[in-house]
Amino acid sequence: MPEKPRLERQPMCDRLAMEFQDGWIVNLGVGMPTLCSNYVEPHKSLVFHSENGAIGYGPLAPPEKADRHLVNAGGQQVTALPGLAIVHHADSFALIRKGMVDVTVMGAYEVAENGDFANWRIPTRKGGGIGGAMDLAACAKRVFITLEHTTKEGGPRLLKRCTLPITAPGVVKLVVTDLGLFEVTPEGFKLREHAPGWTPAEIQACTEARLIIADDLREFRFRARA
Amino acid sequence: MKNKTYQTFDEAVVDIPDGSVFMSAGFGGVGVPRNILAAVGRQGAKNLTGISNNGGTLDAKVDVGTLIAAGQVKKMYCAFTAATHPSQVTPFVRMYNNNEIDAEVIPQGTLAERIRAAAAGIGAFYTPTTVGTELAVGKEQREINGRRYVLEYPLHADYAFIRAWKADTFGNLVFRLTQRNFNPVMAMAARITIVEVENDIVPVGELDPDHVHVPGVYVDRLVRIPPDGIWD
Repeated sequence: MPEKPRLERQPMCDRLAMEFQDGWIVNLGVGMPTLCSNYVEPHKSLVFHSENGAIGYGPLAPPEKADRHLVNAGGQQVTALPGLAIVHHADSFALIRKGMVDVTVMGAYEVAENGDFANWRIPTRKGGGIGGAMDLAACAKRVFITLEHTTKEGGPRLLKRCTLPITAPGVVKLVVTDLGLFEVTPEGFKLREHAPGWTPAEIQACTEARLIIADDLREFRFRARA
Repeated sequence: MKNKTYQTFDEAVVDIPDGSVFMSAGFGGVGVPRNILAAVGRQGAKNLTGISNNGGTLDAKVDVGTLIAAGQVKKMYCAFTAATHPSQVTPFVRMYNNNEIDAEVIPQGTLAERIRAAAAGIGAFYTPTTVGTELAVGKEQREINGRRYVLEYPLHADYAFIRAWKADTFGNLVFRLTQRNFNPVMAMAARITIVEVENDIVPVGELDPDHVHVPGVYVDRLVRIPPDGIWD
């Protein structure tokens, strides 16, 4: 496998955030997906929702602006934006199940070409960590996934079928990895954008699923066109 | 109206028997009833069943994990029974892996709705969450208007442990920002609701009725957190 630079986490999340549309309700998973909130396009007004019932919260709070009663789904202190509303946990998930969340961004261990993904349990270990992932995956209008293209051992994570217990079937719409941007189509993964210096053949070599190469394949976009 | 104020947390939890089922609110370290949990730890009730978002964290703060680590809890219902990262193995997860405690992992929204169902007198409900996953296996499913749903049942409890921002002596409660989380549904679901309050407990009539999040009829016992209590 070529030892070429891969994409960093922030540009990966920036690329997903470019897809957010004005007015969307956005739910960001704990960990890497939180980075999506760092990419701001002034002409887009987004409503960030977190499982613990904050609707319309703002960026992470610097220490002097932190409020001990206001945290996001990862327990990080965030700022209140004008228009913030608070509901309790059952109402927060009522909003999710009704399908009001326009996009949820999550990490995953595996994604399959049929839109399945797995991020809550490894069968060799006891138990699992679901949090709000299954409710969001089953009910949000769109599921975007961010993950490293290969495992630590170099194995593929973009698969024909998931090997781990899935979080929800057939829901993933868009995947960003450190090698590119992939749309999940009825025919499988479509490579839309590739990391700089990586050819489609090199990316295919790290991927179990067969990639469809987009007619308008281009290099990975780091910023939206002004 | 009845004054439900207790002077100390120890008095408010003294009669909790072994084998009780408790709900404990809080999310992301906010709205956690740490003073009540500390008192239950001192009281020493055993064979408890816990219902909470998680089984405690790795920090040194008092939470549900404190009771678990002390061996007071035999089963947990929660949204996390495994470490989210190999470096994040809590006492609860270690005990679960060693078969020293039983647990059922529940998607967070289903957990919240099962508690709400108990609070609302609902016999069961259908949710789309878990359809097509191993967690739906063996559960009653039904197609309604072209979509599949899984049947889930209420989670009842003997006690709810709650943390509020403000309260009056009758137990009307107000929460602040994301302190609210599981607190209102748990306060309304349990048979006996015990609340720790961050501000002075005010006489009835002082809270704006339109700003009350939980009516006092659901609340049984209130304790003002003392200055030397657990605040964060």
